[in-house]
Amino acid sequence: MAPVARHTSRRSRLRRIPFLRILFLAVCVIFVVLPLYWVFVTSIKPSDDYLAIPPVWFPDKPTLVHYTAALFAYRGLNGLINSLIVSISATFLSCLFGTLMAYSLARFNTGGQHLSFWVLSQRFLPPIAIVLPIFLNYRVLGLNDTHVGLILAYTVFTLPVSVWMMFAYFRQMPRSLEEAALVDGCTRWTSFWRVAVPLAIPGIVAAAIFTFIACWTEFFFALVLTSRNAYTLPTVFRAFLSFQGAQYGEASALAIVSLVPSIVLGVLVQKHLVRGLTLGAIRG
Amino acid sequence: MSDVKITGLHKRYGAFHAVRGIDLEISDGEFAVLVGPSGCGKSTLLRTIAGLEEASSGTIEIGGEVVNDYRPRDRDVAMVFQDYALYPHMTVANNIGFGLRARKMPKADIEARVSEAATMLGITSLLGRFPRQLSGGQRQRVAIGRAIVRNPKVFLFDEPLSNLDAQLRDEMRGEIKRLHQEIATTMIYVTHDQIEAMTLADRIVLMRDGLIEQQGAPLELFERPATTFVAGFLGSPRMSFLPGKLVLEGPTHGVRVGEVMLPVPAGRTLNGAHDGMSVLLGLRPEHLTRAQGEQPAEGVYRHEARIELIQPTGSRTYATFRLAGEPVNAELQAHDVSRAGQQMPIDINMMRASIFDADTQRAL
Repeated sequence: MAPVARHTSRRSRLRRIPFLRILFLAVCVIFVVLPLYWVFVTSIKPSDDYLAIPPVWFPDKPTLVHYTAALFAYRGLNGLINSLIVSISATFLSCLFGTLMAYSLARFNTGGQHLSFWVLSQRFLPPIAIVLPIFLNYRVLGLNDTHVGLILAYTVFTLPVSVWMMFAYFRQMPRSLEEAALVDGCTRWTSFWRVAVPLAIPGIVAAAIFTFIACWTEFFFALVLTSRNAYTLPTVFRAFLSFQGAQYGEASALAIVSLVPSIVLGVLVQKHLVRGLTLGAIRG
Repeated sequence: MSDVKITGLHKRYGAFHAVRGIDLEISDGEFAVLVGPSGCGKSTLLRTIAGLEEASSGTIEIGGEVVNDYRPRDRDVAMVFQDYALYPHMTVANNIGFGLRARKMPKADIEARVSEAATMLGITSLLGRFPRQLSGGQRQRVAIGRAIVRNPKVFLFDEPLSNLDAQLRDEMRGEIKRLHQEIATTMIYVTHDQIEAMTLADRIVLMRDGLIEQQGAPLELFERPATTFVAGFLGSPRMSFLPGKLVLEGPTHGVRVGEVMLPVPAGRTLNGAHDGMSVLLGLRPEHLTRAQGEQPAEGVYRHEARIELIQPTGSRTYATFRLAGEPVNAELQAHDVSRAGQQMPIDINMMRASIFDADTQRAL
């Protein structure tokens, strides 16, 4: 008797809740997926269908012409490659220095109470206030419109956030783990690499994602500090809004292309992010 | 040889003086327990021996070598931490073998030694698991395994049992003691638990405010505490302290507590005592028994007590009564007393009682 009763009650509960749940999810999907779908569909529509009334939801003759135009005629491919070079390099450097710096702040209390806050305070400065001085400095140093220049700027600007994310991570990590490693036979350096860093990987991955997204979508610095050589993907979009009208198809095509690395990254690191959430349960 | 010798050790953290001049010699193979209330400097002392804290002054010798300037890894000590400090990202086998890998030992040797240590601790079946898949007691065993596999000169334990529940703590305490009997390596063990200290130690080092209050064999500290602090710290229920005056003139020598005169046996030496001085009479529950025979034996004072409170533990019953207005605990046989309010004669063994100078709190 009892199992049957439980079974039916569970089923009725399942039947009651999903209606609201499905409604909620449906609204979310409309808000999130519909614009994305519209962008995608626009990127494969012939130009005449952009503003057609009624709207064209399923183009009859899909075309890839906007993709070739955006990537080659508008040199979006170069922008994509530049963006990848700059974002990956800046992410790597930001996470490397961020991890080292955060470890030093968390374990050795480097700079006393104030240095860690000072690091974060660097983010209080609006970028627009310093982009021109940087531009002038770069002109003297010959760093304008170079990958190195943009990588340097992005590394510096993402470092405070990487440091703070890693700082929080290292601070909650029990000291005794590294102390055990020191007694077991490690030096400070090997205990850092073999114990602290492996345990911090979820934090490093999270910091890397934030940094990468910040670099990938950055527009303002790229606009000022680059022109013909080192221009990044976001700056390419300028070309689509001209006095001749808006190139909706090309803009949409490039938007879809620019999504790809984020999606790949998301799939690759998902495992680590989930692991990061459960890492806290190790002690007990 | 792996004796440990500490001379004039101080440790300061800024203005805070955690260890204030420790001289301590622990001989090869000895099990020394550092015990004391929290904040007494015992953990700091242990961490300084391990090299995790730097001594402010004084020297630490291990096996005849001054190790002050050695890194922790070069001191050849192993440490078991309170929170076990197992590496969460490594299997049990890798946790145990980590120290050997860090020292670049050949792989086959590592495997052999890890499995030997695992067999010794009965955790062979756990070698492939991760720390998060282990119970508290199993983690504790792995942490001990990580220490013994290195075959160090000295083992350091920092309150290793305080995260375990009572039953498991008793069990692991026994295992640590057995381990010491098997491998006979010098062990230094920190705890705030007086029962752990009494049961495990060859020698108890009782610390207070960064100094050694008294050290010696467990029973020596228990029977002949040098100060009221030691007397009160060791033993449960606690020793009762009765304020009184020492009477050394007249026919009977003794301690007068209120209206009651407790005679001190003639054979008992009282160093630095003078007539009329204020003293504290220290009575442990086990110094008091139900009266036996018509006349009290030599050195025993018989007191007609009215029991106020009884606390049966099964094997023993602790009875509280008042002597000259001061509460005193007696450890009686389980069936000696049946209810509170009962009148019964109690024998107080004055040979074993402690007498302290009330001013200095030191034993006479």
